This record gives sequence, C-alpha cells and structure tokens, in this order.
Amino acid sequence: MSPNAKTMTTGESGLTVFFVLAAFVCMIGAAKAVDAPFAFHASLGAVASLAAAFAILNRYFDRPLSLPVQEINGRPNYNMGPIKFASVMAMFWGIAGFTVGLLIACQLAWPVLNFDLPWTSFGRLRPLHTSAVIFAFGGNVLIATSFYVVQKTSRVRLAGDLAPWFVVLGYNFFILIAGTGYLLGVTQSKEYAEPEWYADLWLTIVWVTYLLVFLMTLVKRKEPHIFVANWFYLAFIVTIAVLHLGNNPAVPVSVFGSKSYIVWAGVQDAMFQWWYGHNAVGFFLTAGFLAIMYYFIPKRAERPIYSYRLSIIHFWALIFLYIWAGPHHLHYTALPDWAQTLGMTFSIMLWMPSWGGMINGLMTLSGAWDKLRTDPVLRMLVVSVAFYGMSTFEGPMMSIKVVNSLSHYTDWTIGHVHSGALGWVGFVSFGALYCLVPWLWDRKGLYSLKLVNWHFWIATMGIVLYISAMWVSGILQGLMWRAYTSLGFLEYSFIETVEAMHPFYIIRAAGGALFLIGSLIMAYNLWMTVHASEAEVQSPVALQPAE
Amino acid sequence: MSFWTRHQIFEKNSIILIVGILAVIAIGGLVEITPLFYLKSTIEVVDGIRPYTPLELTGRNIYLREGCYLCHSQMIRPLRDEVERYGHFSLAAESMYDHPFQWGSKRTGPDLARVGAKYSDDWHVTHLTNPRAIVPQSVMPGYPFLAETEVDPDTIADHLRTNRAVGVPYSDDQIANAVADLKAQADPDNPGADAFAKRYPKAVVRNFDGKAGMPTEMDALIAYLQMLGTLVDFKLYNEKANLR
Repeated sequence: MSPNAKTMTTGESGLTVFFVLAAFVCMIGAAKAVDAPFAFHASLGAVASLAAAFAILNRYFDRPLSLPVQEINGRPNYNMGPIKFASVMAMFWGIAGFTVGLLIACQLAWPVLNFDLPWTSFGRLRPLHTSAVIFAFGGNVLIATSFYVVQKTSRVRLAGDLAPWFVVLGYNFFILIAGTGYLLGVTQSKEYAEPEWYADLWLTIVWVTYLLVFLMTLVKRKEPHIFVANWFYLAFIVTIAVLHLGNNPAVPVSVFGSKSYIVWAGVQDAMFQWWYGHNAVGFFLTAGFLAIMYYFIPKRAERPIYSYRLSIIHFWALIFLYIWAGPHHLHYTALPDWAQTLGMTFSIMLWMPSWGGMINGLMTLSGAWDKLRTDPVLRMLVVSVAFYGMSTFEGPMMSIKVVNSLSHYTDWTIGHVHSGALGWVGFVSFGALYCLVPWLWDRKGLYSLKLVNWHFWIATMGIVLYISAMWVSGILQGLMWRAYTSLGFLEYSFIETVEAMHPFYIIRAAGGALFLIGSLIMAYNLWMTVHASEAEVQSPVALQPAE
Repeated sequence: MSFWTRHQIFEKNSIILIVGILAVIAIGGLVEITPLFYLKSTIEVVDGIRPYTPLELTGRNIYLREGCYLCHSQMIRPLRDEVERYGHFSLAAESMYDHPFQWGSKRTGPDLARVGAKYSDDWHVTHLTNPRAIVPQSVMPGYPFLAETEVDPDTIADHLRTNRAVGVPYSDDQIANAVADLKAQADPDNPGADAFAKRYPKAVVRNFDGKAGMPTEMDALIAYLQMLGTLVDFKLYNEKANLR
C-alpha cells in the first residue's frame, strides 16, 4: 500500500458494516412482522440504513485523502454541518408541531374535526403534538446549540468524524418512527414517553453517542474551565439517559411486533412515569434551555454573566431538587402520602434555584438594558426568562396539595405547561435560532429585524390569549366540579362543565394560531437570511463546508 | 481554600463533573421510588382483584392505542365531590396488574375508574360510535371503526404470556385457553362460557356489541369499560385495615 493511498477510517468501515447489518435485520423484521405498523417501521429502518451506508461510502469516495483537520492556522476548524442540519430540522418540526397543536385545540372546540377516523382523532394527534414540539423542535434546538456552544467555549472541533452526523440524523429518524407510530396507534401510553420498545432502543443508541460526542469534545478542550452552559448541557444529556432507561423497560409481545408491556405496574409505574415526566420538564425543557440562556444572552447582550457564584449554586441546587418533584403529579392518588409530601416539599424549594437562575439571566443585562429597545432578538431572549420566572413560580404553587386539589385534571395544568413551553422554551429557542443562523451561514445579520419584532409581538399576544384562557377555564371547571347546592347536592353534571369550556377553547385556539403565524414569519426571515442576506466578510478561519 | 476555589475541581475535569451530576440526581429518585417496592403499606390487601380476561386485555390495549388516557383519568381522589360523583376513591391494589398504569392526568371527559356497570352496553355502542348522538355537548371523537374491526385472536396467548413475564399471575390454564376465552366472553351461547367464568371470577359474559360472529374491537373495549372498578366489593372492604 503506498503511503498516499486513501484508506477507510475505523469509523467509516465500522459504521458501514453496522448499517448494512441493520438493513438486513430490518428486512427480516419487515418480512416476519406480526402487525402492519411494525412492518412499515422495519421497512423505513431498512431504507434509512441502506441510505446511511451509501452516504458513508459516497463520502469516502469523494473526500480528499485526509479527514478535515482539527485546526487551520492555529484556530479551531469548527464542525458546523450537523448544527446547520439540526437548526433547519428544528424550524421544520416546530412549525409541524405548532400546526398539530392548533388542530387539536380546534378539535376540542369543534369535535367534528376529529373526522371519526383513527389517524385523525385527538387521542392519536395529541402525542404527535407534544412529541413534535418537545422532542423534535426542542430536541433539535438543544442538539444544535449544544454542539455549537461546546465547540466555541472549548475552542476545539467537535469530537468524532461521523458521530455528530449519526446523532442528528439518528435522532430525527427516531422522531420519524415515533411520530408515524402515534398516527398508526403504536404507543406505550406513557405520557411524553409514548414511543414503543424498538424506537426506545434506537434512541438509547443515539443518545449514548450524543453523550460521547459532547463529553469527548469537553475532554479535549483547550480552555482550562468548562463553561457554565456546558454543565447544564451535560446534566441534561446524562439525566435524560437515566430517566429514559428507568421509565421504559418493557417486554415485547413478539420481537417482530410493535406491542410491548412495561415491566412496572400500577403505583410503581405511576411513580416511575412522573419521576420521568417531571424531569423531562426539569432536564430537557429546563436545564438544556438554561444552557442556551447562559450562552446566548451574555453573547447577544455583550455582557458577562451576572454572577458566576450564583450560577454554581443555581446549577447544583436545580439538578438536586428537580429530581424529587415528580410526585406532585400524583397528589391525592393511590401513591403513598409520604411520597406526595416529599414531592410537594421539594417542588416548593425548587422555586429558589429557579428564581436564582432567572435573576442571573436577567441581571446579565445590567448596563445593557437599552438594547431591549433596539434588538428584538435580545428582547425575545429576555422575555423568555421572564416567562421562565412566571411558570417556575406557578409550578411550585400548583404543587401545594390544596391548590392541586383544584387545579389537577383541569386546563390550568395545560395553561401552566404552555406558559413554560411557549413563553420560555419557545422564545429562548427562537432567540437562539435568530442568533445562530447568521453565525452558521456566515451572514452579517438577520434579513429583517422588523420581522423579528412582528414575530415577537404576535407570538406574545398568542401566549397571553392562550394562558389566560386556560387559567379561566381551568379554575372555572375545578370550581364547578366541587360546587354544591344549598341542599347538599353536586350542582353541576360533568357535561355542564364541559359545555362551559367552549368559549375558552376557541380563545385558546386563536392564541395558538397567532403563535403559529409568528413562527411562519420566523421561518421566512431565516430563509431569507440564508438565501438573500449579505455574506459576512470571509473570516480568517476557513470553515468546513456543509457536508 | 474557599468553597468557590474547591468547586474548580468540577469546572476543570469533565469526568469528575459527570460523576458529580450522576450522584446528585440519583438521590431523589432512589429515596422516592425504591421504598414503593418493599413497603407493605404501598398496596392494600383486598379481595377480588384478578388479571384481565383476554377480551378485557384486548379492550384495554385499544383504550391505550386510541389515547383515551389523554382525556379520561382512572384515579378517584379521596375528596368529597369526587367520591360522590364517581364512587369510592381508587385503591393502589386496583391497578396492581396494570402494565402500564392508566391513572391519567387530565379530565377533558369524566373519570372512568368506576364506569363499569354504570351504563348499558347499548349506551356504550351508541356513544362510542357517535358521542353526540347521546350527549349533544360532548367533545369526544367518534370511533365508528371499532364495530367494524374484528379482534385478532392469534396473538392473545402471547399477550398473556408477556404479562406473566412482567409479573401478572396468569395461570397455565388461563394461557392455554386464551383464544377460547376471548371468543367465549362475547358469546353467551358459547359452550366454553362456564369454564371461562370459573377462570375469571366476576367476569361478565355478554354479546357486548350486539352483533353475531367474532368479537369486534367494540366488544373488547366495552368489555374493558364494563369491568372498570367492579372487582372490589366495597361493602366488604375494610378501610381501617388498609389506612394509607
């Protein structure tokens, strides 16, 4: 072999073999499937595996002798291709998820929109909505920003050659399997953990790879300190892995079928579920997005983080306390009282680190508050932190047992979730994407700040309509359920309380529509930023072209 | 050395940081979850709880598949209005064979923990086919396709076997007769109906959807709904012995 001959790396050959074998296993699965959805998913798996093997070989034949270098002219050669892909997917899934959300909101106001078909009924679309916004939109934002932040703050190229691509593509394939599964009735019925056993196994492989890419990038960093945002990203990735493994162990009825039975039963299953469910909020929707706050707000405001010591306390207190909060989803249920009381106590304590984090984020603007007037992107980021503060006050309040006896099972919960999801997670993600897209595509700035302004105000109006409608409907329904006549009879039948919700469901749908319109404006703005905006002056570092 | 200086060990070493994170997040979960597996007070001792019949289990899987749990809870809280509206508060024992649990988290529709035997089979058939035919203000989707889909008897024994693998005490007899029992429960004239009733005490044998032939998904779902909350006889249940 001559020294200049091109050879495959272990990663290239290993992954090619892996995908060829995977395609083979999937084809056997499709042939022997005991139900149609499993056959469909196995076929998708076979096609995706073959495409992956082909893409790896194709890249090998086209690429130069050596792999992309770690540094060019002494500066890190950042790997931006997978981040661009995840950013685009985030925008795509966001719009898809908001649209399905709007549809199911309308179904509750006008049930005829269920069309009496299996694939379009509320029960199948609701998990599609939650997974699309939390895991598809939120997940892609988290993967994109974490890969960006960890490279920039460690001053090294992302670890791994094919691994980052494996993470973003594999994760989005998981979303595809999960989403199509819901429509076909494949679900294990655990909220926010609906995907069946084979999708869970695939996600485990992808997630461990994600952890390794992130961790190995930290390990080879050139900066002595690990930046604060990376602590939060690391806690998010590790904890989600633990939660996923704890909540999902299941025994499939057939290895060629989609149905499985979870190993936990009844009260223990309930506790596992809400240990998982609340910490999907705590670590996916909070810790991960706090990492975004800790990088993007200082960056955009051009100010240092308000207090480094506060961020240390914030970090450890938040991750320690959050894990305990799960039982507040199970107040007054058949879960033992001691567990409920622990859940409530820790939920109330959680208020402190939450607001500590909020203060740290907001006070970062010290000396730069004037930028809120001129920079709508920064405004979006800051308002997201304000929404974070609001929902992390509301949450501990609702975890108090007497409050919970009224709020539980009602729309108040839905309103609370959406003030966090639309206001905090949505806005901080939008802000991050507005920052990220010009950076990734080497643009001077966004196509239009005016459109960002429109997006901000339309979406804010939408959120206000949404959460106020749900406050009123939730509290109203809770009070109607427990109302007694002077003779000591229950005053309202259940269906009367359903009827009373109708106007609020229409207002909620209107709020959701405004939020969706805002995101469409954003997608247009980002599209034009990439395709019609002025290019940044060539930076001295030659960036790797998108692969 | 101050606390802030000592903390640098986490800031400068990614492996120590990840170990620290794992230790800190493990505590809460371990304290809250582990005792539920060994504290005897967690699940009450009650008579009457039995595994689901093959038809009920099939119906339960349809309940899961259609996402009914997203709008209906199965967990009555010990609050005055709930007990009056729905019946005795739910016991942990009543879901001890539920893989997964179906307590739910939202009541867009009413709680179903004790819906069994409250309405007639006919009511359920009409209501599931077109909810607004019976309850004009209802926002529930219609499920007309259930009555047109026959259940698949071939895999039911595997379902029972898998349940046994995760801890549900199905007997060899119940697994061996799973297919026969599936058909017998929806057909009162079936010669196997008596043997079925012995294997599953308190199980109801009826033609739930009112149609002859193989049980449909409508049969299965109604069989499940009609047994919900009916297994424990609360006239005999000793609350004092099971204070929680």
